[in-house]
Amino acid sequence: MKSAVEIAEERANRWGHQLYAGRARAILERAFIALRSSTWVPIATGFIEPVLYLLAFGYGMGELIGNVDSGRGTVDYAVFIAPGLLATSAMNGAIYDSTWNVFFKLNESKLYKGMLATPLGPLDVALGEITWALLRGLSYAIAFLAITAPLGLVPGISAILAIPAAVFIAFGFASFGMAITSYFKTYQQMGMINIVLLPMFLFSGSLYPISVYPDWLEFLIQLFPSWHGIELVRDLWFGYWDAGTLMHLGYFCVMIVSGLYFTTRRLRNLFMR
Amino acid sequence: MPEPLISARGLTKKYGDFTAVDTIDFDVDKGESFGLLGPNGAGKSTTMRIIAATSQRSSGTISILGRDPEEHGPQIRAHLGVVPQQDNLDGELTVSENLFIYGRYFGLSKKFIRNKIEELLDFAQLQDKRDAKVEALSGGMKRRLTIARALVSEPDILMLDEPTTGLDPQARHILWDRLFRLKETGVTLVITTHFMDEAEQLCDRLVVMDKGRIMAEGSPLELIKQYSTKEVLEVRFGSDRNKEVAPILREMCSRIEELPDRILMYVEDGEALLEAITAKKLHPTTSLVRRSSLEDVFLRLTGRSLIE
Repeated sequence: MKSAVEIAEERANRWGHQLYAGRARAILERAFIALRSSTWVPIATGFIEPVLYLLAFGYGMGELIGNVDSGRGTVDYAVFIAPGLLATSAMNGAIYDSTWNVFFKLNESKLYKGMLATPLGPLDVALGEITWALLRGLSYAIAFLAITAPLGLVPGISAILAIPAAVFIAFGFASFGMAITSYFKTYQQMGMINIVLLPMFLFSGSLYPISVYPDWLEFLIQLFPSWHGIELVRDLWFGYWDAGTLMHLGYFCVMIVSGLYFTTRRLRNLFMR
Repeated sequence: MPEPLISARGLTKKYGDFTAVDTIDFDVDKGESFGLLGPNGAGKSTTMRIIAATSQRSSGTISILGRDPEEHGPQIRAHLGVVPQQDNLDGELTVSENLFIYGRYFGLSKKFIRNKIEELLDFAQLQDKRDAKVEALSGGMKRRLTIARALVSEPDILMLDEPTTGLDPQARHILWDRLFRLKETGVTLVITTHFMDEAEQLCDRLVVMDKGRIMAEGSPLELIKQYSTKEVLEVRFGSDRNKEVAPILREMCSRIEELPDRILMYVEDGEALLEAITAKKLHPTTSLVRRSSLEDVFLRLTGRSLIE
């Protein structure tokens, strides 16, 4: 059986071995163990929330609204908002784990400090935590699809692609969320995250197309990741591909890479300098 | 001569204008129990973090097992068990889960760790708490768990930053006993402390640090021999009279220290001096003859008490 030293020596000459020990899965393993004894309330809430929105808006308001132009054909209102809500629930899932939970482990329980006293590197911690956060996003997306499919809200088999899209979105939000959180020191700063998030979701086109806005506001909304996430899922939901779809994917690629970069850098500066 | 396990030359750490560690030199040999003694803010913890490859020096050199922590941080950390000043146990996990996952951070196999956990729970006397959450443990138990956790990877060097600070006397003695046992198995200990009794109990050799510098180095006995006398006579005359009597006492003894509440007199034979004082009809309200300790060494070196 290999000793801790032998395991560390195997990577001694690899590029980036100070940043990454190739063991992000150990962080995931920790998250699974912790999950066994954690409360299920916040997890269930994140899942139920978009379902409630779907019921209230899709079927309640939907009665008044009738059909809408999705930009990809005219559809029933509930069908229009379903992909938006799926994207939102994936984002929410990712954000929950990558902001408040990360803040706690960073500042209160000093968990990351302990992890980085082992041969693990900052990229192991960042990747592990972000992957965990995106798994939550993934599970919300799957659950949401499982509920909406029997309701007849899924237009075709291509909607299954909304699942990998949701993972992608969750990855982007989780890595960006963790990066921002790693720079925050106080609960007041953390409170700002909530102030930004709620309007971002309400106004990013999950409940109506943003073409209703004046041009300047439409442009502004298009800068936010939530709009890109909602549009990406909506494209795939309706089996619709164009240059815009690729642009949304590109947007999340940038988010993932920059989030990972800044999180790794920040963890290294906090605990290894 | 085998190469020392840890070797620092001109080691310096600056934070902006503040110099936390100021050009220090030291060596730690294999199997030795090495102490960094000094008051809070002396630079002990910073030195520890540089050794542990979790902080980078500003200048100077340091090698741990022949390697530079800046080049081989993960490889060096694989040799170390770190017990930080503040417990950072995983509050969401149980006692045995804490040990398990920490081993996984080192990449150890599940089978290896499961066997190791039994050994460590015995060592830390935590068998009956194995399924308890960390919050349910007392301070002493948490400390023992933190030490057990640091041992899961079978480290060559155990780094202990203020291991017994905040513990009650009984918990301290249990902990010292555990550390003694470790030492017997050949683990090298590096310990910081601001408790003299702890340094005397645990350290084969130590450096006295103050304001980022090393003031003296040696075994506890050598340091006491070099910087203090065999015995110390402590006399109290009440806070008003201390000042009045001090000049007379100074005549009687080559070295005295006036503290706010008492006067320390450094001599070879404390009883004889006390008799001489009594003969002069200077009746102290209380008196005590004791052996010199590292506290006296520190007072001599810095002119200040360790705990203020």
